[in-house]
Amino acid sequence: MSLRKDPDVEKKPKTGFSRRGFIRGVGLGSGAVGILQTEAQAEPVAAADVAGPGPVPITLTINGKPVKLSVEPRVTLLDALRDHLDMTGAKKVCDRGTCGSCTVIMAGKVVYACSVLAIDAQGKPIQTIEGLATAGRLHPVEAAFVNNDAQQCGFCTPGFVMAAKGFLDHNPDPTMDQVKAGLGGNLCRCGTYMGVRKAVLEAAKQMKGAASA
Amino acid sequence: MPDPNYSWPPLGKSRVMRKRMSRLDGPAKASGKAKYGYDIHTPDLLFGALLTSPYAHARVRSIDTGAAEKMTGVMAVEVVSPAGTEIQWAGTEVAAVAATSETIAADAVRAIKADYEVLPHLVNEEDLGKTGSRSKPAGEILTGDPDQAFKDADTVSEGYYGCPVLTHCTQESHGQVIAWKGDKIEFWPSTQNLSGIGGDLARALEVPAANIHAHQDHMGGGFGSKFAADRWGMICAKLSKKAGGRAVKLFLDRRADLEMAGNRPSIFAKVRLAAKKDGTITAWQSESWGTSGVSGGGVSPTQLPYVYVQIPNKRVNHTGVVTNNGGARAWRAPNHPQAAFVTCCAIDDMAAAVKMDPLEVFKKNADYTARAEVYRAQLDKAAELAEWKKLWHPRDQAGSGPMRRGLGIGVGTWGGLGHPSDCRTRIHPDGSVDVELGSQDLGTGTRTVIAMVAAESLGLTVPQINVKIGDSSYPQSGASGGSTTVGGVSVSTRKATLNALAKVYEAVAPALGAPADQLEAVDGKIQVKGNPAKSMTWKAACQKIGVKPIEAMGTNNPKQPMGLISQGVGGAQIADVSVDIETGVVKLNRLVAVQDCGLIINPKTAESQVYGACIMSICGALYEERLMCEKTGRFLNADMEFYKLAGIADIGEIVVHLDINEEHDKRGVIGLGEPPVVPGMGAIANAVANAIGVRVPRIPLTPDRVLEALARRTA
Amino acid sequence: MQSFEYASPATLKEALALLGNQWGEADVLAGGTDQLSLMKEYVHTPKRVVNIKGIKELGGITKTAQGLRIGATVTLDQLLASSAVRAEYPSLITAAQGVTSPQIRNMGTVGGDLCQRPRCWYFRMGMGLLAKGGSLVREGDNRYHAIFSGGPAYFVSASSFGPALVALGAKVKLASASGTRELEVEKFFVMPRIDTARETALQPSEILTEIIVPSAVGVRNATYEVRQKEALDWPLATASVALKMKGAAVASARVVMGHVAPTPWAALQADQLLVGKTIDEGVAEEAAQAAVSGAQPLSGNGYKVQIARTAVKRALLAAARRRG
Repeated sequence: MSLRKDPDVEKKPKTGFSRRGFIRGVGLGSGAVGILQTEAQAEPVAAADVAGPGPVPITLTINGKPVKLSVEPRVTLLDALRDHLDMTGAKKVCDRGTCGSCTVIMAGKVVYACSVLAIDAQGKPIQTIEGLATAGRLHPVEAAFVNNDAQQCGFCTPGFVMAAKGFLDHNPDPTMDQVKAGLGGNLCRCGTYMGVRKAVLEAAKQMKGAASA
Repeated sequence: MPDPNYSWPPLGKSRVMRKRMSRLDGPAKASGKAKYGYDIHTPDLLFGALLTSPYAHARVRSIDTGAAEKMTGVMAVEVVSPAGTEIQWAGTEVAAVAATSETIAADAVRAIKADYEVLPHLVNEEDLGKTGSRSKPAGEILTGDPDQAFKDADTVSEGYYGCPVLTHCTQESHGQVIAWKGDKIEFWPSTQNLSGIGGDLARALEVPAANIHAHQDHMGGGFGSKFAADRWGMICAKLSKKAGGRAVKLFLDRRADLEMAGNRPSIFAKVRLAAKKDGTITAWQSESWGTSGVSGGGVSPTQLPYVYVQIPNKRVNHTGVVTNNGGARAWRAPNHPQAAFVTCCAIDDMAAAVKMDPLEVFKKNADYTARAEVYRAQLDKAAELAEWKKLWHPRDQAGSGPMRRGLGIGVGTWGGLGHPSDCRTRIHPDGSVDVELGSQDLGTGTRTVIAMVAAESLGLTVPQINVKIGDSSYPQSGASGGSTTVGGVSVSTRKATLNALAKVYEAVAPALGAPADQLEAVDGKIQVKGNPAKSMTWKAACQKIGVKPIEAMGTNNPKQPMGLISQGVGGAQIADVSVDIETGVVKLNRLVAVQDCGLIINPKTAESQVYGACIMSICGALYEERLMCEKTGRFLNADMEFYKLAGIADIGEIVVHLDINEEHDKRGVIGLGEPPVVPGMGAIANAVANAIGVRVPRIPLTPDRVLEALARRTA
Repeated sequence: MQSFEYASPATLKEALALLGNQWGEADVLAGGTDQLSLMKEYVHTPKRVVNIKGIKELGGITKTAQGLRIGATVTLDQLLASSAVRAEYPSLITAAQGVTSPQIRNMGTVGGDLCQRPRCWYFRMGMGLLAKGGSLVREGDNRYHAIFSGGPAYFVSASSFGPALVALGAKVKLASASGTRELEVEKFFVMPRIDTARETALQPSEILTEIIVPSAVGVRNATYEVRQKEALDWPLATASVALKMKGAAVASARVVMGHVAPTPWAALQADQLLVGKTIDEGVAEEAAQAAVSGAQPLSGNGYKVQIARTAVKRALLAAARRRG
């Protein structure tokens, strides 16, 4: 088979949203059972811009920096990070919002990057594992994972670290039971949970120490 | 020059080995910098995707890739199962594509039209009566005179025990990145067999092995399922070649990974035990069956009875069932966890039948094991840590109220002799040290133990050692299976580093005014033995080497262990569970693991191995199970949602006691990855029987099965 | 996923204008935890995805004269943090806590919880909502399927909040370009008899905009879920109860079970039995037995009857322990 042109190279992404949604006729509510008439809807409705289905230019704010890329609306945040930006700390394991290996922090909350559309992640600060260590120094959560051997093969580890970081941001002084409940959205196959529990408690101590120092 | 003395420093005399050391690749992994095969991203990367069969048994009638080939961005299409191919399990690769993006690859797969003639399938094996001609009896193993023993017995206990097929469900799915340009193949697999996988791919592609260069810094879990280059490796290579040598990434999605990338055989067994009033077992009889997929197979009957192998009278029958499922692969301690589960449950049921404390019964019969005193001591230690005396109660006295607590015992054994391994050590004139092995770190801590052994041998610290593994250009080292890696790499590293050090001694002997064999390397110095006053720093010593580095090889030959490695360990575990008898939900309170282990190089990562093994046992006992639909032939829970794995709150407390003592330490290094995964399922199943007063025969011990057993007890 | 065009309107009106009149034209995206999985499995292949998270009017929890208004895009996490919900609706709190993944609680929305599709593995493998008229479920592996149904639908409603909202008498507001209707949550969930591909009353042109929960002052309410795992796991059965009291006795009761039927399943016999009773272990047990008396388990899910019974009993006892 002959080589064909690479569409990523060939296609210039559109510079903005172009098409408009179909504007439908609107009227008063019908008399059907259960339908209550609400606000008057006489004036025509301005429809929102519609993007895609081809690649669309988007800007994500990742670890404090704006990043421009071009993706189809169907591309998840996880695939955008891994395939388009070569940020491979977040892992693709279940790809169905179950295992937590793709966990990132978006707008201050832990989320599964596999279950967020990249285009929908615009305008929200995204923190990934790559943004945690500063100037080559491990973040206290990362350091605690190392100290407590909270990792084996390590494939789930970045997701766990992000889940732990997000958890500690909202629970700076957790009990062991809270740690267990707070990390219920991540799975590890090697069985590193005993280390993870200790690591999260140790990281909490370290971070508090750092905060009060 | 005679060989250096390779023997390990004795217990209490090592400076680096036997200390708790954080894994060297921990920072890279915890910070997301570690690159796995799945993370490889070359500038010209293409994305592979597979079309797989939705039918468990079918013949491909036709396959049309025309539309896919015409799609923009599709760079290669490969038909894997051409018309006429008989498909033997759902998930079989039918066709593959490589495209410039994942989305285009997915669209292209959807555009391939495949038509199948659907054939009758069998995907479930527990109901042996329904397997018909798919059942393949394996013949009988007879020892002593079981018929007479059963006639003479004070008690005969009977039980049925079942353990389904599990999948490896590695976090990093199976797959690779391959760039086949000209006659050279760059290969980034996810493998347990870095030195061997290139040769495996070479055979499949009929190219010289020397043309394949395999790289792997990190890998995301194998557990026995990642030794071969696999069909998808071959497919990936062909896609790359068709696409003009561009790198292709082809990793299985979760469904395909569970469907076809390996699993653990099932076992279902009817067991009879003959015993004396005092709990002494006199005979064993078992009829077992199970499946390894299309090969029939199942758990090897030679493993029954397990650990208690010297029971004098035995009749063992086994039937393999051929099913339309992806083939079994080695799974962390092949055959052992299943055999341990069946045996430990049968012994526990016998103890209940003679109304004895199972701890006493397991101990009393330990004379039937290869290491009676070790097992007795381990059982006592486990009982102490599990508060057996305080918490155990006879099976029929399980208390009142909805929550019932119980304790149960399991035992295990494993080999763990170090595999063949070569190591090359290079000591540079600037004092830096390279240690090279074509090995791999599965997350067990292999890198770290190599560095610890090298540092110990050279009188250096761990950060002074550059461990280089994960490249097929390094000296060959064995595959990581059978808990053989730590024994293999520790010995080859020990020998290579001491061989290199001997050359350093030669170089510095004149300056220190002592013969080379009177020198030692201690605390970053080379000194005259016992005379720190006559010494030079490591750096100064290495300057005497000359301009070229010193290079030395070391080899582990398992046939000549030289006292450095050994095999054969035992372990005992006690589980403590609570069962809600109104819902059937089982919660693990505590799992105590006592593990015999030889010389432990790094207790920190060794403990992690045991913790992880215990958690796998908990998953197997309570949650995991491949669910096959006989109607559709499909793997219903090929995901991580209904293929249930324990989370961080589901494992109770795990108490690990590594049985470290001088006697065990003197045996040398023994692998630890597999042994602790063996006893747990039986221990947990026995604890549940103890808690609710009745045996739940089938694991995982899900609420439906627990409630069914309770209903049987009441009826 | 099949490719789709995407819009993220700022107003409800814009969003409604973007919907189609047929399923498959446009899907609404809220939390995305289920929607993306459906699209990845090609169970849903919409031509357009309309993201409603940017619509301010669909968020927020406010007290109104009618009761508590919960915007459709309120996340489980926001619901748990709401003092108004915590004060009056422990049954909703327990249901939200039952989703034991913080990531899903942060992403998943209350509206999405009600609109999510069933987890039936045959449905998810593309074999249809009824899985070949129900025969696949009846003859296949139905361990997690319905014990109340009678067919042909045997999937279970996956909603965490559905049972509690039905018990509390809540309503949903459904908006379309042609108007807005209010529907009792009980009527929002439907047996897929007329439209065999859908399990809610939601139409393709509609968006579920808010949930209105009547005041529960004086209503003792509780949820009890039976899940096998502590980590993220679907319940095997749940029960939500709401009890109006007259002194120590029950004046009226709503007992609703979850994960046992294609809709939240109201246990009317239990409701009647409880009237005038003071709840103790024996009464709870009796009501629980009544709740499951009509169960028609399938070949592999008889155990769920016992689990549902336990859930009802424990939910009643939990509610009885509450003051209010």
